[in-house]
Amino acid sequence: MKLEFVLNGKATSVAIEHRETLAETLRNRLRLTGTKISCEAEVCGACTVLVDGLPVSACTYLAYEARGRKVVTIEGLEDESGKLHPVQQAFIDEFAFQCGFCTPGMILAAKALLDETPNPSEPEILAHMDGNLCRCTGYLPIVKAVRRAAAGMRDER
Amino acid sequence: MKKPGEFRVVNHSVPREDGQAKVTGRAIYASDLTVENMAWAKILRSPFGHAKIRSIDASAAKSHPGVIDVITGADLAGIDPYYGHAVKDHPILAIHRVRFAGEPVAAVVAEDELSAEEALELIEVDYDELASVMDVDAALAETAPLIHEQSYREGAFRGFKDGRQASGNVCQYVHVQWGDAKSAFESAAHTVEGEFFFPMAYAYAMEPYVAIATYTKNNLTVYSSAQHPFMVRHDLAEIFGMSLNAVRVIVPYVGGGYGSKSYTKIEPIPAVCSWKTGRPVKLQLSVEEAFLTTRGDDARVRIRTACDRAGKLLAREATIHLNTGAYAENSPLVCAKAANRIIGPYLIPNVDIHCYAVYTNTVPASSYRGFGSTQVTFPAESQLEEMAEKLGRDPLEFRLANLAERGQTIYPGLRPIDADVPGDLRHVASVFEKAGPLRPGFGRAVGCSASDAGSHPVTSAMIQVYSDNSVSVLSGSTEMGQGSHTVLAQIAAEEMGVPLDKVRLVSADTAITPFERSTGASRTTTLMGRAVLEACREAIAQFRTMAADSLGCKPEDFIEEPGALRLGDTRLTWGDILVKFFHHRDTSIVGRAYLRQTGDLKMLPPFWEIGVVGVEVEVDQETGKIRLDKLVTVGDVGLAINPAAAEGQDLGAATMGIGIGLFEELIYDGQQLTNGTLLEYRVPRFEDLAQEIHMSLAQNQDGAGPYGAKGGGEGSLNPIPACLANAVYRATGARIRRLPLTPERVWRALRERDTERTLELKQGG
Repeated sequence: MKLEFVLNGKATSVAIEHRETLAETLRNRLRLTGTKISCEAEVCGACTVLVDGLPVSACTYLAYEARGRKVVTIEGLEDESGKLHPVQQAFIDEFAFQCGFCTPGMILAAKALLDETPNPSEPEILAHMDGNLCRCTGYLPIVKAVRRAAAGMRDER
Repeated sequence: MKKPGEFRVVNHSVPREDGQAKVTGRAIYASDLTVENMAWAKILRSPFGHAKIRSIDASAAKSHPGVIDVITGADLAGIDPYYGHAVKDHPILAIHRVRFAGEPVAAVVAEDELSAEEALELIEVDYDELASVMDVDAALAETAPLIHEQSYREGAFRGFKDGRQASGNVCQYVHVQWGDAKSAFESAAHTVEGEFFFPMAYAYAMEPYVAIATYTKNNLTVYSSAQHPFMVRHDLAEIFGMSLNAVRVIVPYVGGGYGSKSYTKIEPIPAVCSWKTGRPVKLQLSVEEAFLTTRGDDARVRIRTACDRAGKLLAREATIHLNTGAYAENSPLVCAKAANRIIGPYLIPNVDIHCYAVYTNTVPASSYRGFGSTQVTFPAESQLEEMAEKLGRDPLEFRLANLAERGQTIYPGLRPIDADVPGDLRHVASVFEKAGPLRPGFGRAVGCSASDAGSHPVTSAMIQVYSDNSVSVLSGSTEMGQGSHTVLAQIAAEEMGVPLDKVRLVSADTAITPFERSTGASRTTTLMGRAVLEACREAIAQFRTMAADSLGCKPEDFIEEPGALRLGDTRLTWGDILVKFFHHRDTSIVGRAYLRQTGDLKMLPPFWEIGVVGVEVEVDQETGKIRLDKLVTVGDVGLAINPAAAEGQDLGAATMGIGIGLFEELIYDGQQLTNGTLLEYRVPRFEDLAQEIHMSLAQNQDGAGPYGAKGGGEGSLNPIPACLANAVYRATGARIRRLPLTPERVWRALRERDTERTLELKQGG
């Protein structure tokens, strides 16, 4: 079957299997390997992508469900000039990654939070990000990155 | 030696070199790779903990659409089917027998992953179940069935003999002894004694194990998520009888390791699949399969400690039993390290430690960050608190009275302590002092550990300096998040006097990068960092000779400046020297360095990895739930090449300690692992963050690494579980000798405490 959707701002059409997950379509058919697969049970958040602006676990979300929707992956965050999104830059500035395997999902989860809540409180950050696991950093640098990105995005507005 | 403040690039928190790649999704991990004409493998795993394999019928699976072949232990004739760097006891696929539920029995190779998966259930295996031994006591019982009946050869690490001659299921036995512990206990004024249990833990690196192997007649190329590509090369070369230059192991970015990806894990399986089918084969495990691949050793420690009247430690005796699982893996080393590390950073004149690694029918145990130390620091540090209480001494002051100062020997024959442990501990205490008095229901504790880093110094590095003054570092260390690519580039930029963005890392390809024994035991900054520094010095020595040749003077006539040599008014950059020397553009020279166990690296360990931490917890007396209020860490790292990265390692390590201390435990029900999924195995999350975190670095330049640096990244894990248990005791009066400190376990301990208090009151009244 055919999946037609908007991927990182571009109308995209790709042949898929019925039972295929969005993560498989992105990684195997479209070679967008920034979306990572880890727990495959919606616990770790490594496969987080944004569907119509909301974070979903691409490892269990059927590709078919994305038909007609807007999907954003980590590869779609930089602007046309290649400038990093403020959340991406904040992750670099705050050392908010180590191995980097959780990072694409973390960044997209953080973006979803800040798009909805530009000025999140600490408990709001923790509660929103709690669905994403990181084994390297101990989380504090990620919280700092989210705060820094929030400040940067407010200044831009 | 340059001091902090005098460095140009080193000792600055420069952004990580992998940042752009990792925040944009462009960083490539082995899981992301495919190669031309690649097939996929899937593993059929044993449902039984211990069984003989009567027969395997793979005919239906072989004729399933898309399936290329099915490989079993019977297909391994003609190669050496056993591997293992300590003891060669691990069959690539089960041979006649399975020894744990989850052991690979057959591999299906198919055109795509799904077809391979579908074919698994078509394989018929006829098992003859054997009695299984699921824990240390069962394995050591006189009537226990033998898990390994044959004898094995030793692996790449010479000296680890197959230890089963000692007793049926003992994989390794280590005895550490000095002084006369027996007499010391007889004459001691105070003794404490107890039994402690450390849980079976899982490292959960978020990228599960993955490898792609391409076997041709004369070459084997493997892309892998392995931490130690050169150790994997050794095992693969031995399996196929190939020369070292015929086996190429390439490791791109690794999605977390923490010890769990050390040594050979799954690589031989796709390698034999490729050998049999003639196709490149990718094996990508799921996280559930990773749970069945390796774990940390759980431990039971019987320990007693003696003190004299003045409160000086006199003696320690311990018997440590590690549950090693079905295969030796790295447990012989864990065994040796646990025996050493139960001393801690203290001066104890009489010591007698027996440590056993015991085979059981469970998932093979291996390295897990800080291995050996975490298991034994929990009993050792718990017991120090018990002793302090018995003596009526403040636990901090009692520790300070017994800690080794820098230069003192805690372990005869090993390097004297190269850190300021008392100073580090005082720093933690000062953070608590500033925080003010303890609130009711809260408890505070400090803790420390000392690990003889297992970083055996065999390390080589190369750099290339190009005629445009750019530099490449060729390093066999893998980048698994610890930041070594950044740190090594900083060292090269500092030494060669070039901007950091002119330095590139080429890493972890056994056909290109020179030998590095491993990426573990916090070795990279100390050993690879020093090798890179020395390779830079060697390149600069070559530049002196080349410049002298071009200008017709002597090499020693030049004065070295950052990025150049000067002779009077003439300043020649590296590029200028190359152009003058070769009369050609785009040239380069190679600087190189080798480290081995000699000179100031003769005495092991190359450094002591120190852990010094403090925690404050709040215990809910109704539910037993623990909330972490404060976390304090001190990274005694000599010199932080990149301070932000070093603190990142400390917080990451401490957080893993919090997981093991508070919630993580693999649980067996009979022969089956019952919670081997992320749904049921609870790791730390955002909401577990401590309310306050205080991190600091002790930079006394007292290490054997570059500029006095030494390793970090494990230390802050090791004392955390003990520290949590001690803080819970202070908050509640309940001494808990079994981890993790789950709400249920704490709640039960509180009820027990209440019962005891009631009894005491009754008896007293």
